[in-house]
Amino acid sequence: MSQLLNNRIEKKFCELKLKKQKGLICYVMGGYPDPKTNEKIISSIVDGGADIIEIGIPFSDPIADGPIIQEASFRALQNGINPDICLNLIRKTRKTYPDIPILIMTYSNILQKKGFRKFMETAKDAGTDGFILPDMTIEESKEYLEYSKKLELASVFLVAPNTSNFRIKKTLDVSTGFVYVVSVYGTTGMRNSINKYTLNAIKNIKKLSSNRNNISVGFGISTPDHIKLMSNFGADAVIVGSAIIQIINSNKDNNIHQLQNKLKNYVTTLKDVCYDR
Amino acid sequence: MTNLQEFPIAGKYGIYGGKYIPETLIPAINELEDAYIKIRNNPKFKRELNYYLQNYAGRPTPLYFAKNLTDYVGGAKIYLKREDLLHGGAHKTNNCLGQCLLAKKMGKKRIIAETGAGQHGVGTAMAAAVLGLKAEIYMGSIDIERQKLNLFRMELLGAKVHSVNSGTKTLKDAINEALRDWITNVKDTYYLIGSVVGPHPYPMIVRDFQRVIGEEIKSQLKDISTGSPDALVCCVGGGSNAMGTFFPFLDDDTVSLYGVEAGGLGIRTGKHSATLKVGSEGILHGMRTYLLQDEYGQINDTHSISAGLDYPGVGPQHVHLKNIERAEYVTCNDNAALDAFFKLSRLEGIIPALESCHAVSYAMKLAKRMRTDQKIIVTLSGRGDKDIDQVIKSRKKYIGESK
Repeated sequence: MSQLLNNRIEKKFCELKLKKQKGLICYVMGGYPDPKTNEKIISSIVDGGADIIEIGIPFSDPIADGPIIQEASFRALQNGINPDICLNLIRKTRKTYPDIPILIMTYSNILQKKGFRKFMETAKDAGTDGFILPDMTIEESKEYLEYSKKLELASVFLVAPNTSNFRIKKTLDVSTGFVYVVSVYGTTGMRNSINKYTLNAIKNIKKLSSNRNNISVGFGISTPDHIKLMSNFGADAVIVGSAIIQIINSNKDNNIHQLQNKLKNYVTTLKDVCYDR
Repeated sequence: MTNLQEFPIAGKYGIYGGKYIPETLIPAINELEDAYIKIRNNPKFKRELNYYLQNYAGRPTPLYFAKNLTDYVGGAKIYLKREDLLHGGAHKTNNCLGQCLLAKKMGKKRIIAETGAGQHGVGTAMAAAVLGLKAEIYMGSIDIERQKLNLFRMELLGAKVHSVNSGTKTLKDAINEALRDWITNVKDTYYLIGSVVGPHPYPMIVRDFQRVIGEEIKSQLKDISTGSPDALVCCVGGGSNAMGTFFPFLDDDTVSLYGVEAGGLGIRTGKHSATLKVGSEGILHGMRTYLLQDEYGQINDTHSISAGLDYPGVGPQHVHLKNIERAEYVTCNDNAALDAFFKLSRLEGIIPALESCHAVSYAMKLAKRMRTDQKIIVTLSGRGDKDIDQVIKSRKKYIGESK
């Protein structure tokens, strides 16, 4: 794996390893439910103990996402949220939290439209540390990888439970920041139980990486028990997304303090088990 | 220069095409490509497919000289390739039979497909029924509302139809939902895409199963001792009937190729589906292609009187053909298509699909500018029975007022 020396994500993983902690990566949909609330949501999540923030830029056709994130994207777009607003949000977050790693999760067309280079330069300038593009394959990534390297932005690729060992190795070689292990056959969204194949996949990827890569597991993770299990099988970090959106959605009476408390407490309960090695 | 029939090269048509898909689908896409490449020239597979195309679906379809239309227009001779006479009522059946047979050889028992107007859904349901496969079709809830009859036809044929309520609730969202199903059930499911779109190898596979249209045109012209046509005219939504017609003629420079996109209410109104005419480069549904999108890369709503052309993307090979100026892409507005609908019905006794009317309308314009010894071939991609309701509604809008 190629290392990015000057990247907050990689630094964070070094720090976590030294402290013998697992990482907690939290996803928020940019500008959702509205930009103001969104800023507060990010603060609560950071205060609750999130190690890395993933900011989704809504796309009209999110094929890798399940109903919860689909609905959030749709509503964000209807409210006029666009990539510029999301980048501004990142700029503000960066000012408030100079050290927290921030990733953008979105679909390739959002970068393509502005041009990969231009979009990535602007994102870097706003304080972004890397990208997760669920529809970007290593085959098509030449331009994307070139600018990732130049700008020292992490290019996080995904590995699925059915990815061949040959391909896992190729992915481990080009991924920077971390490798995103998709835990299930399916789209993003909460699930009740963890499959045996998920744990086997984590173990296998961990083995193939021989500790050169940071392994993060996402899709369907929402409880401390999930995190414990993933950690035991070798995950360095977990990614929680839909569960956070769900909490935001359940805040029906628009009580922002209550929402902030709820989110902070939720993130804290998740982070609590990350100390448990 | 590279022979145009050699494309895709490494999964691409120039810089277009490729595979932009979630990692979970990579093994399935690779398995599909391997299986297809192994089987496509297998004589037994070809024989079996031909058997169904001939005896079940009614190929070859006629190449008909539309004398009355030609006389009416007064210009080049207009021939119609009668895909409207194919079983199912549209060219879609060629691809559905081909891919269902391929799926069967791959040992897949469950077929999923997306559908806009319902024609591809019906084609899939038919092919799955005759080949003993289980079909599930994704269709936008707005499209279901518009095409109730096709919903019933699919169910009658034994398919299960899922109503899609996400996004714009139309074709592009049905594709998204089918892709999500595929991601979830990748092990036993075959995704039968309905046009020359999607990640490689789909644009190639669908094209190959549709090229029978162009091959037949070639041999039918030979039968009547006529040489190459001067122009081919086809409608383009995703572009499968056009690619199937064009492909065998790509390397014959004496043949002009015209793809006709839906101009809807007019390009300037923004309510159209003219992706090649006014779209821009982008990435959607697994491919790099042209898209109708906003300044941020969000996909636009599209409009056409014909649901089958109502798609914000287009097959990547068409983009390539446009860029190298091998084919020309033009538009036809709703009202011109509607006019062609009535003309063809009255002059030739053929009720064409509204999609195909776009091609007929442009061919009439083109014929006028050409010599009477020249020949235009229009692929009549489907029949118009499905569109009667739409035409009655639109007639009031476009014609009723002017009467």
